[in-house]
Amino acid sequence: MSAVAFVVRRLVFYVVAGWAALTVNFFIPRLMPGNPVETMMAKFPELQPQAQRALEAEFGARHDGSLIHQYGQYVVDVFHGNLGVSVIEYPAKVSSIIGATLPWTLTLVGVATIVSFALGTGLGILAAWRRGGWLDRVLPALTFLQGIPYFFLALLVVDAFAVHLGWFPIQQGYSPGLVPGWHWPFVQSALYHSVLPALTIVVTSMAGWMLQMRNVMITTIGEDYVLAAQAKGLSSRRVVTTYAARNAILPNLSGFALSLGFVISGALLMEIVFSYPGIGLTLYNAVTSDDYPLMQGIFLIIALAVLLANLVADAVYVLADPRARAGRSET
Amino acid sequence: MTVALPVRGARARGATRRAAGARRLSTKARIGALICALFVVAAIVGPMVAPYDPSAQSFAPVDILHAPSMAHLLGTTARGEDVLSQVLVGLRATLVLGLLTGLIATVLAVVVGISAGFLGGFWDELLSLLSNVFLVLPALPLLVVLIGYLPQRGQTSTILVLSLLGWPWGARVIRAQTLTLRGRDFVAASRETGERTWRVIFFEILPNEVSLIAASFVSTVLYAIGTSVALAFIGLTNFSQWSLGLILYWAQNGNALQLNAWWWFAPAGLCVALLGTGLVLLNFGIDEIGNPRLREAAGRVRIEGRAWRPADPTPVVRSGSTRSPAARPEAR
Repeated sequence: MSAVAFVVRRLVFYVVAGWAALTVNFFIPRLMPGNPVETMMAKFPELQPQAQRALEAEFGARHDGSLIHQYGQYVVDVFHGNLGVSVIEYPAKVSSIIGATLPWTLTLVGVATIVSFALGTGLGILAAWRRGGWLDRVLPALTFLQGIPYFFLALLVVDAFAVHLGWFPIQQGYSPGLVPGWHWPFVQSALYHSVLPALTIVVTSMAGWMLQMRNVMITTIGEDYVLAAQAKGLSSRRVVTTYAARNAILPNLSGFALSLGFVISGALLMEIVFSYPGIGLTLYNAVTSDDYPLMQGIFLIIALAVLLANLVADAVYVLADPRARAGRSET
Repeated sequence: MTVALPVRGARARGATRRAAGARRLSTKARIGALICALFVVAAIVGPMVAPYDPSAQSFAPVDILHAPSMAHLLGTTARGEDVLSQVLVGLRATLVLGLLTGLIATVLAVVVGISAGFLGGFWDELLSLLSNVFLVLPALPLLVVLIGYLPQRGQTSTILVLSLLGWPWGARVIRAQTLTLRGRDFVAASRETGERTWRVIFFEILPNEVSLIAASFVSTVLYAIGTSVALAFIGLTNFSQWSLGLILYWAQNGNALQLNAWWWFAPAGLCVALLGTGLVLLNFGIDEIGNPRLREAAGRVRIEGRAWRPADPTPVVRSGSTRSPAARPEAR
C-alpha cells in the first residue's frame, strides 16, 4: 500500500467517523421520547400555551418538514457553530457554555493523562527489562488498583486526604470568591484544587499502560535485532531505549490515541466526584435536568475532540514509525 | 569486544521443566480463576441465602445505620436495610449484566472480526472502517446521553447499549489474527482438499483463536461491569433492581463516607474491585497461553541485572565486565 493510499484511507475514516458522530447526535433526540419544551413548560408554569411554539423554535425541537430537510438544516447549524440554547442556563448558548467548561477538562485531564502514560510506559519498560525483579512482582497488586471502580477510589481519596487530613480542598476547581483569570491567586488556587483529581486519574490509569508496555516489551526483547545490539556491545541503556523500547512503544502509542475517548469518560466521573467545573459535570447536569440541547452539543464536542486526538496520534505515529511513513503499516 | 557466555546445564532437564511449565497455569491466573469462580457461586446462591429482603426498610433506631453485628453481619443502611442481603442480591444482577454483555459483544466481535479477516478486500475495508468508527465514539458520554433519553432505565437497555459499544476492540484483534491465519499452510491445505468455507472457518480458524476470543470476552465483561457500576453510581439505572452500583449510589446519597459508615459502601466497592482483579488476573493466564514468551520461566538466570530464560537468545556481555558471567541452563 502506498503512502497516498494510507492517507486516503485515514481521511475516509475521519470523514465517516465525524459524519457518524453527527448523525448519531441528530437521531438520538428524534428516536427517543421526551422533549426539552415540555421540560421548560413544566419548569415555568406561568408560561402561556402560545409560548410553546416559540420555545420549540428556540430549542430546535420543532420537527418541521421532511427528515432529510431537518437533517440538512441541522448540519448547516452545526457548521455555523449554532448548537442551540441551553434549558437549565437559559438563555445561555450551548456553544458558550461548552467554551467555558472545556478548558478545565482539557487542561487537567490532558496533563494527568500524559503523566500517567509517561510513568506507566517507563515503569513497563523497567519491569520487562528487569523481569522477575521487584517491580515485576508488584504488578499483580497494581491490577487491584485497575479493578477498583474509579469513583470508589476517588471517594476514598477525598475522604482520606481532603476530609480527614485536610491537606487538599474537597471539591470545586478553584476557591469560591476568586475571579477566573490569569492572575497568581487564581492560578495557584486552580493548581491546588487540581492535585487530587489528577492524582486519582494517574493512579487508576497507570497500571494499564504499564502492563501493555511490559508485555509488548518482553516479546520485543526476544527479537534477534535486540540480541544483535547486545552482541555489538552497546550499553544496556542504549539497547533498552533505542532498540527494544522504541519498537515496543508503538502499540502503546496507538492505544494512547484510542483510549482518549475513555479518558474523557474518566473525566466524567472525576468531575462528578470532585464537582470540578469541566465538561463532564456539565454533561451530567444536563442529563439529570433533561437539558437536551446541551446534552447533544457536549456529546458532539466530545466526539469531535476524540477524532482530533486521533488525528494528532496518527501524525505522531507516522513520525515514530518509519514503516508508517513508507505506507506499510496496517495492523 | 564481546564474548558469548559459556553454556552449562543439561538439555534434558531444561526441556522437561519447560514442558511442565506449559501445562501448568501460572499462580496469577489460578488466583484469578478462583476469584471469578467464587463470585459466580456467590451470584448463584446469593439471593437464596440472603438473610433479609434487601429492600425491607426498618426505621427502628437500633436498625438505622448500625455497624456490623450478629443480626446484620454487614450492618445496615440509613433506612435500616441489610447491607449483606443487598450485596448478595446485587451481585447476581451485576454479574449477569456483565456476562450477558460480554457474550453478545464477543459474538459480534467474532462475526465481524473473522468476516473482515477471512473475506478480505472490500468487506475488510468496510468492516474495519465500521469498527474503527465505533471505537472512537466516546462510550461513557454516549451511554449517559442514550440512557438519559431512554424512558425506562432497565437492565435490558443497559446491556444492549453496552454490547453495541463493546465489540470493536475485540473485532480488531480477531481480524488481525484471522489475517495471519488465513495465509497459513494448514488453512490452504484444507481449502485445497475441498473443505467448505464454513468448515474452514469453524474447524481450522476458530480453534486457533480460542485464547484471543476468551481474552476478549473477559475484558468485555470487565468493561461492562465497570461501566454499569459507574452508570448506576451516577443514578442512571433501574432503581427497583438491586445491583452493586445501586448500593454505592445510595451509600453516596446517604453520605455514608461523611458519617464514617464504612460498612455501607466498602463491601460493594470491594466486591467490584475484587471481581475486576480476578478478571484481569484470569486474562493474564489466557495471554500466557496465547503468548509463551509471557509465561513465568523455569530455570531463570540473572545476568547483568536482567533475567534470562531458557528460551531467550544467548546472553552476551561486554568482556572485562567486573561481574562474573553466570551460565544459563540451556541454549537453543
